[in-house]
Formats: sequence, C-alpha cells, structure tokens
Amino acid sequence: MSGDLNAAVAAGVLGSEERFRELLRSVVEVARAIFRARASSVLLLDEPANELVFEAVVGEGEETLLGQRFPAGTGVAGWVLATRTPLVIEDVGRDPRFAKDVAEDTGYVPEGLMAVPLLSDERALGVLEVLDRQAKFTLQEMELLGLFAAQAAIAVDLLQRAREAEAALGGDGRLAVVARVAAALEGREDQAGARLLAALEEVLR
Amino acid sequence: MSEHDLPAWSLPSEAAPKIALQSNWPAAITHDWAYGDSTGAGARVCILDSGVEAGHPKVGEVQSAVVVTTGEDGEPRIDPDTEGDVCGHGTACAGIVRALAPEAEIHSVRVLGPGYTGSGKNLLAGLRHAIEQGFDVVNMSLSTTKKDHATVLHELADTAYFKRTVLVASAHNMPVESYPWRFSSVISVGSHMEEDPMVLYYNPNPPVEFFARGVNVEVAWMGGETITCTGNSFATPHVAGICALIRSKHPELTPFELKSLLHLTSRNVADRR
Repeated sequence: MSGDLNAAVAAGVLGSEERFRELLRSVVEVARAIFRARASSVLLLDEPANELVFEAVVGEGEETLLGQRFPAGTGVAGWVLATRTPLVIEDVGRDPRFAKDVAEDTGYVPEGLMAVPLLSDERALGVLEVLDRQAKFTLQEMELLGLFAAQAAIAVDLLQRAREAEAALGGDGRLAVVARVAAALEGREDQAGARLLAALEEVLR
Repeated sequence: MSEHDLPAWSLPSEAAPKIALQSNWPAAITHDWAYGDSTGAGARVCILDSGVEAGHPKVGEVQSAVVVTTGEDGEPRIDPDTEGDVCGHGTACAGIVRALAPEAEIHSVRVLGPGYTGSGKNLLAGLRHAIEQGFDVVNMSLSTTKKDHATVLHELADTAYFKRTVLVASAHNMPVESYPWRFSSVISVGSHMEEDPMVLYYNPNPPVEFFARGVNVEVAWMGGETITCTGNSFATPHVAGICALIRSKHPELTPFELKSLLHLTSRNVADRR
C-alpha cells in the first residue's frame, strides 16, 4: 500500500461513518414523508450477536429507539429479515408478542407497519420499516418502499465496508501495522521511504 | 396400463393407442365444473412455513406437524413439532387455505427454528420431506435468495411436478433474484387488490403466473388472534386453497392440467369466453 493510497483510505474511512449515518437518516426521513407516516426506521443485522439494531430512526420513538437492539430471530422484522420478504400488517398491535416488546422499549405501539428487507446480493443486511401511514395502502406503495429499500441497502453496504476498513486499519487490526508504516514513510521529506516501498513491491511481485 | 408396458423415453407407432386418455373436460370450462361443491375433502395441503397454530379458530385441526432443525452434525433433521407457530405467518397461510377449502387436511412443515436460523438448508430439507409425503399441494409463502440452493430447489420442484405435488410459491415483490417461484414447474403467485378470495388473474407476462387476493387480508395470527396483512405471502395460500378444491374434485389432474384449469378459470380469461 503506497502512502498516498493509505492516506486516501484513512481519510475516506474517517469521514465516512458520519456521512453514511446522514444518508441512512435521509432515507428514513424521505420514506416517512412520502408515506406520511408517524415514524420510519432502519434496523441493521449485527451478525456476530445475531441482533437487529436501530441505526436510523425518525418520528415517534426517535429518542428512545436509536441504538437499541433485539434478537434477530423474533417478531415481524426478524421474519422479514429471515425470509427476505416484505410484509405489511395493518393492526400489528394485535400480535401479542410484538405489542409487548415494542411497548416496553418505546411506550408506543404502532397500528400499522410496512417492513421490507435490505438486500445486497444474497445477503439480508437489515430491515426498513414505515410505521402508521396516513394514506391507504396500495400495491404501488409496496413497490415504492422496495425502491427505497434498494437505496438504503447500498448505503448500508458502503457503511459496513467502511467499518470493516476502519477496523482493519486501526488499533490491533490486521492491516494496522501496514497503515502505520505507510503513514510514517509518507511523512518523510526524502524519497527513501518511497524507494523502500517500491523495492518491497518489486520483491513481492 | 403399467408404466413398464412402454419404453420410458419414446413412443413406438403401435403404442399410441395404449396411452389413449379420456378427457372429461367440457367444451367450456366453468368455475362450477372446476371446483363447484368441493370442500377440499381428501386433499392434503402442506404449509411450509413458520409452523401452524393448531386449534386456532380460523385453522382448526392440523393433521400433522414436523419441524426441520439443524442437527449436531450440522445437517438438517426432522422431528415432530410441538411448538406450533414461532411467528404467526404460517398460521396466517393455513387460515386462508382453511377458509377456502374447509375440509382439506392441513399439514405443517416448519422450516424456521428458534431464532429463525438455518433457513436455507432447512428449507430444502423441508421441501424434500413434503414431496416425499406426497402432499397434493405445498404452500410456499417464502423464497430464498441463495444461488447455491437454486439448483437443488429446481430439481426438487421438478420432482414434485412429476410426482403430482403442486408447489404454489410466492413471487418476490422486490426486484431480486429468489427461488423457487421463478421456476416453471411451480405455480407462482402475486397480489391483486380485489376482495373476492376466489378471483384469480392469469398473467400473460410471467414469471409471475397468477394474481390472487393479497391486499388487506384478514388472517389468523399467533395466540388465537386475527390481524390484517398485505403481501404476496397471503395471495399464495388463496391459490393453494383453490388448488385443494380442484384436487379434491378432480384427483386425477397433474400439476400441468391443474395449472391449465387455473388459467381457464382466471377472471381475465374466463370472462372472455
């Protein structure tokens, strides 16, 4: 890795987390506006923990839900994630388990819920939800939500790649030493560092 | 006539009379001929899903229930299921089939274990089990996006087709590649917005072949509840229920003939006759 490339990756990673959060938030804000809903959220799958995490929330529950986690194998969102299938429920509060779990977390139980999986190739990254729409449901709305989900899935994919890059380059990450060496060589004013890297590259070729 | 009387892969000229079949299809197919007076009695319908809550007012008796889980060797294993439904989705599908075909048998094959894990491999094992059981109709209101599974699913779908098990599968309502609904040996279902549970539309532009009621459907849910749901998941059991009615009245029909009958009784086809 050249010093320039290292610097570019480091700069990209440092700035990315916040920007991607903004992008996710913008997706749920637009979804909420289009469907004239009380709330909208993006939940992402934390694979090692097998939990769904609220990564972006607008509207009802915004203060309490962000960052909250629950087991990925429960409830409506879990079903949507596992089966990669969109689902619309008009009176979700009558699902006894759903109502109890959500009410305990937020004090707010939605009436209606549209949930759609965030898919990247074969992987299900999370779920986009729209709660309590004012407009009557149509099949066109489902397609619209699917388009939003596709956009959100791209944002999530980029976010996760950035996080992986950050983990690999920072602290005890497997590429951290390469990043540190490259950064140190990049800071030198003479050309010795660049020549060393070029020689190393030739050896490895 | 035994199948051994003829070569398996060809038809000698003198053998044609041996496979002469009598068709009792009337000149004009009507809904009444297809499934009039049928209650679904004798038809065995499998719900391949999250389990079915037996005794739910909209479901009633469940004739058998098994669950596919991942065994200690990492391979799927099949055991009797005493848990019922882990989500509500399978109960919803079973309730729709029951509403249309009140006397059909309902059998549950649960392919989602605790925590909804192992869905891909267990789905294949569950479907294989369902085909081995020789069910008349298998309702699959789910699909997989895993390409690794597509080949095996395709083989299973074809096996079912030739063994006279009708697979009714939900089309994905997002632009993603998923299976088995894209295969021509299954009956794929999307949603229309009408309220009549018996109305089907044939789609001349597949891969989605039929549209059934799938918007704001009142369905059975866990804990004896009833909720209102939308999605192709709920359109699919409408077709499964109609297939059970037809199978009950015309048990001799192959999946190919049954699909033809669905086509001929679709509203956009039948109304022009």
